[in-house]
Amino acid sequence: MAEIRFEAAEVRVESPDQAGSRTILEPTTLSLTEQRVGIVGGNGSGKSTLARLINGLMLPSAGRVTVDGLDVARQGAAVRRRVGFTFTDPAAQLVMPTCVEDVELSLRRTVKDRVRRKQIALETLVRFGLAERAEVSVHALSGGQRQLLALAGVLATEPEVLVTDEPTTLLDLRNTRMVGDLLLSLPQQLVLVTHDLDLVRRCDRVLVVEDGRVCFDGDADSAVKHYVRTVSEG
Amino acid sequence: MTVGLYRPGDTVLHRLPVGAKLLGLAVLSIAIVVLRGPLVAIGFLGVAVVLALVGRLDLAATARALRAVLVIAVVVALLQWWLFTLPRAVESLLDLISLALLALTLTVTTPTTETLDAVVRWIRPLRRIGIDPERVALTISMAIQALPGTLTLAQETRDAARARGLGRSPRAYLTPFVIRVVARAHETGDALKARGLGD
Repeated sequence: MAEIRFEAAEVRVESPDQAGSRTILEPTTLSLTEQRVGIVGGNGSGKSTLARLINGLMLPSAGRVTVDGLDVARQGAAVRRRVGFTFTDPAAQLVMPTCVEDVELSLRRTVKDRVRRKQIALETLVRFGLAERAEVSVHALSGGQRQLLALAGVLATEPEVLVTDEPTTLLDLRNTRMVGDLLLSLPQQLVLVTHDLDLVRRCDRVLVVEDGRVCFDGDADSAVKHYVRTVSEG
Repeated sequence: MTVGLYRPGDTVLHRLPVGAKLLGLAVLSIAIVVLRGPLVAIGFLGVAVVLALVGRLDLAATARALRAVLVIAVVVALLQWWLFTLPRAVESLLDLISLALLALTLTVTTPTTETLDAVVRWIRPLRRIGIDPERVALTISMAIQALPGTLTLAQETRDAARARGLGRSPRAYLTPFVIRVVARAHETGDALKARGLGD
């Protein structure tokens, strides 16, 4: 597994309605080496910020974040080759007209031969059960299929780590289960941000994030109990 | 939404190299703009229709795709009529439809990835002056892809306005639509960065 390290990583943003800056993520120090790491927390708690730091989508205002020793701020491109990322709404992530073309787009950096690139893209779609939709418009897919395609597009490049931000939030129960099972069966190290407590219970380690800080870090059952108790206590 | 989506096929236009198709589109587009007169415009529309037939474009999908262009073309033509003459208005109307139909024929008979590869090949020498061919090609493909995504956002925003009983208010439709388009652009930028496509 890759080692994802947060070393006093902190995120602040300039806030026009407050004097100075607002802290989104308090200084955080962590080392994540488990296969499946879950992150839970309320809306606006800072869990997505934590996840975005791993891929370099956000950079720490202070401290640093590394993946296998690579600094996300200084070696962002190398980090992104190792760390894939998917979003809650896959519609923003699918940027090519058809499914196969979208997967091909991810492979452009690494596979220069056009025929080989298409072959790998088609094989990836087969793996994700989308072979029959290869030439279909990305806009004609169901929500579940779009999320699968977004995952296919990212995993086609075989990253070592997949960070996924609320991948099942927009899905119905059937698709939630399908995508959840798929994510948890991946050989990649998984960092899963979610509100789905059933999914998070299947993780090896879970972080609970509240008010911009990691308030619990431990095994899944204890973390879920802590989170539910925190929510119940209001 | 499948406007302008590539449809696999085995027509002459499908088999033609992407370079020849893009060059043909450029030459025809310039000719349409430069050569004036309603009769010439009818001639170019005829050429565009013949090419669409050769490429076996789906009639219903083509009609749907051209509907939005037609609205704009009619508005432009009415302005031309008001400001200049009726023949000039007719020419503008036909020219815009011809241009849209030719562009549609290109996108329907050419996979976007082929266009991307061709653009990257052609502008590779510009790398010496600091231009990244992959980035330019990606920008072009994003522009092609932006249309159906934006139309979907427009439809969703209009439905949301109607659901709140504000279907007739341009402000209730246009303001959230513009905000959503900008927000989607930000999200797409993040997604491209996350996929390492801006590196």
